[in-house]
Amino acid sequence: MKSHVIVFPGSNCDRDVAVAIKNISGYQPQMVWHKETSIDQSDLIVVPGGFSYGDYLRCGAMASTSPIMQDVVKKAKEGVPVLGICNGFQILIESGLLDGALMRNNSLSFICKDILIKPRNQSSVFTKNAQVAKMPIAHNEGNFFVTSEQLKKIQDNDQIAFQYCDESGNVSEHSNPNGSLENIAGILNENKNVLGMMPHPERAAELAHGCEDGKTIFESIFN
Amino acid sequence: MTNRNWQFQTEQSLVENHGLKLDEFEKIVEGLGREPNLTELGIFSAMWNEHCSYKSSKFWLKKLPTSGKRVVQGPGENAGVVDIDDGDVAVFKMESHNHPSFLEPYQGAATGVGGILRDVFTMGARPVANLNALRFGEPNHPKTKHLLSGVVSGIGGYGNCIGVPTVGGEVNFHPSYNGNILVNAMTVGIAKKDKIFYSAAAGIGNPVVYVGSKTGRDGIHGATMASAEFDEDSEDKKPTVQVGDPFTEKLLLEACLELMKEEAIIAIQDMGAAGLTSSSIEMASKGDVGLEIDLSKVPMRAQNMSAYELMLSESQERMLMVLDPSKEEMARDIFKKWDLEFEVIGKVTDTKRLILIKNGKEEASIPINILVEDAPEYQRDYIVEEPSPIKEYKSEDFDQNNILKDLNTMIMHPDLSSRKWIWEQYDHMVMADTVVRPGSDAAVVRIHGTNKGLAMSTDCSPVYCKHNPYEGGKHAVVETWRNIIASGALPIAITDCMNFGNPEKPEIMGQFVECIRGMGDACSKLNYPVVSGNVSLYNETNGEGIYPTPAIGGVGLIKDLSNVKTLSLKEDGNFLCVVGETANHLGSSKYISIIQSKEEGGTPKINLDTELRNGNFVMDAIHQKLIASAHDVGEGGILVAISEMCMLGNLGITIEIETNFPHGYFFAEDQSRYLLEVNPTSYDECQKLANKNGVHLEKIGIVGGDKISIRNIGDQHVSALKRSFETGIKQIFQ
Repeated sequence: MKSHVIVFPGSNCDRDVAVAIKNISGYQPQMVWHKETSIDQSDLIVVPGGFSYGDYLRCGAMASTSPIMQDVVKKAKEGVPVLGICNGFQILIESGLLDGALMRNNSLSFICKDILIKPRNQSSVFTKNAQVAKMPIAHNEGNFFVTSEQLKKIQDNDQIAFQYCDESGNVSEHSNPNGSLENIAGILNENKNVLGMMPHPERAAELAHGCEDGKTIFESIFN
Repeated sequence: MTNRNWQFQTEQSLVENHGLKLDEFEKIVEGLGREPNLTELGIFSAMWNEHCSYKSSKFWLKKLPTSGKRVVQGPGENAGVVDIDDGDVAVFKMESHNHPSFLEPYQGAATGVGGILRDVFTMGARPVANLNALRFGEPNHPKTKHLLSGVVSGIGGYGNCIGVPTVGGEVNFHPSYNGNILVNAMTVGIAKKDKIFYSAAAGIGNPVVYVGSKTGRDGIHGATMASAEFDEDSEDKKPTVQVGDPFTEKLLLEACLELMKEEAIIAIQDMGAAGLTSSSIEMASKGDVGLEIDLSKVPMRAQNMSAYELMLSESQERMLMVLDPSKEEMARDIFKKWDLEFEVIGKVTDTKRLILIKNGKEEASIPINILVEDAPEYQRDYIVEEPSPIKEYKSEDFDQNNILKDLNTMIMHPDLSSRKWIWEQYDHMVMADTVVRPGSDAAVVRIHGTNKGLAMSTDCSPVYCKHNPYEGGKHAVVETWRNIIASGALPIAITDCMNFGNPEKPEIMGQFVECIRGMGDACSKLNYPVVSGNVSLYNETNGEGIYPTPAIGGVGLIKDLSNVKTLSLKEDGNFLCVVGETANHLGSSKYISIIQSKEEGGTPKINLDTELRNGNFVMDAIHQKLIASAHDVGEGGILVAISEMCMLGNLGITIEIETNFPHGYFFAEDQSRYLLEVNPTSYDECQKLANKNGVHLEKIGIVGGDKISIRNIGDQHVSALKRSFETGIKQIFQ
């Protein structure tokens, strides 16, 4: 079980996700500095949350041009599972691996709180065991948007991974924390081996976090 | 006003514009044996202002207890250090950024956070938690909305980006802050006891290295501005506010911590207030050496910067270090990896002078001791005013039918309502070690990779301080102590942020003296020393001073995280008990201010013996696993505290207590009280423990249902109350 966590200048959830992976899989992930140009054989590549390059220019835009991203894109196209969380989701969109855009939250402010997500796709390597789950979001730009053609495409191809929902699993306007189109909290690429999501599963991954719902995503990759 | 006796070449107005008094200037001339040049004048101005020299407060601050079994480093370094067992230490400090935040709330607050973070990681600690203490003017004051939203997004903007969770804080609204808000930021970090870094320069000939961001023209004379009062034209001072770059600070943090793993750094000091001036002088003074700096080597963001500008710039995200020369290249590589500036700009000398060279020309030469040891120190005149009289309230003055209506009004008020609107804008979970999130008595953060935790709380009640500065000073300390105890921790030490008006006014100085006396008494009694702090004076606008505000940040240790307590009610059928006695002290309470719109009746007094006894009892009861949840009784009194427990636990309660003065019982702010939720099977043992320790413990209700029901008074749905509670702060924006 080999996993890799990419570290950009300004990443700040790199350690958190590495700890969660170690606790859940028993294996220590390798941290990969963004200036490196290649990743060894890998069973999972994580692009972690944070503020890569300070979110200057546009969230994820500069990180997507970092040397290591060429190999991340190559590995993704070869079918290696790639998980982008929060800023990592933004980076995967900027690097062209995922569709859409993440705009500023409709509240125009940063939001950090627990939300609930419901899996829409239940067959990908990330979501095959997923159920309604509680975990935190912490972002300023998580308002997902795609054009209507793109939306139709990702709907038809079962690429919507998660939607924000309420406690009974209803996807409603009330349960949408940031204005995302169709309450989208995470999407997959066409081949379903790349997942980008705004919520932080690594922050709901042990009892001390008060909730362990986030573990399922990692467990489903490792099992 | 010209002084006819002015006998110097230097223009009197130039000296005055540098915030220096005639006698201070005479002292400079005497020390140098000549008149200072402009660069030197700027340096003296920066070092001798109130913010850097503590000239009005030093004498009194020395009276605070600063030692204890767990104190590793008390006041005088970048931050205080306390032992938290197993070779670990907690490093923490609170600092004000009041004046800049009023002028430019986003950047003022952001750079306040950046500055305090640097103070902590300069000492070799990884910051693990940010807290704050904020005061704004009245909720409906035209500026409050803009200032509140700017400050909150500034704090979040910096902390969220650097990836340190903002886990706690406090906020008050009061007209005395209409023209002068307070923004106090606190950072707590963790280090190894044998890996703490200090600022004393050593090793003659060793390189002095500049790292971090380039120097620009921003923030020149920030510290001097922070030591002056405001008036209508203060908005013009905006250019003195610094601009923060949390991304660069994140890089600086990681680069410094990476270098600190090596044996390379001899001394390190962040460039905070008064930038290169105070950092270089601090390092030289602590090490009893001299420094020679070649200013042309300082990395610059702007062209043609003068020696004066370079020395006084408060550009952010910069550090000064003295390195082991054999490690210079290794250190350079680390900073290069993080894309940061790294420049050798000078060396340690034996001259005991600060010598500045620029393009081969000497720009300044000042003996370090004149700048530091000979800095002015004043024992300002002070008057201790009579505390406001304590008023006896009587049951017949109140209509008990209004109790629940009053409760609703009170918890909707921005002073008592939910702070969720604020803390949801802060990433309070990054680092994945937040065990108790904002909204409880104290925040709890796990020490990474262990089963230990730190509990942290910031507190102050300025209204108490105004009406009785001695009791108010005691209260601020004790309130953090109680919050830490109620969360299941052992209180260890505090940091203080002393926000006051103009110390040249004897009544303001009197408030300062009395607050210090109260704080000192509480700290001594509770074995809860002060390990770091900051003073912010001249918080006045148009001659009106703020209320005395000694904000306290307390830190406690939880040796076993299974002992963590939160305030939310846990289970139907449990008993709710009150620790401590209620004597109907309504004076200076939130009831009187919110419901009666008055500020009267005197500050409640704290009996420190009772405080200690009650606190120790709660600690013991938690450790003996007798308690389901715990909450201190603070502003608003018992009924507000009960409501908070119900709303957070989504549970109701039946209150059975018999009282002939319901308003007194439910809203009084008598001190040293806690609420404990106890399982019926543990109740006898809990009562026995209380009796043994001479502590008053009384069962007042039974948990259950979805309403707060008070016998003979009425019912209130918890969900409805919660709606009121959560609209409080949001109302400001409607």
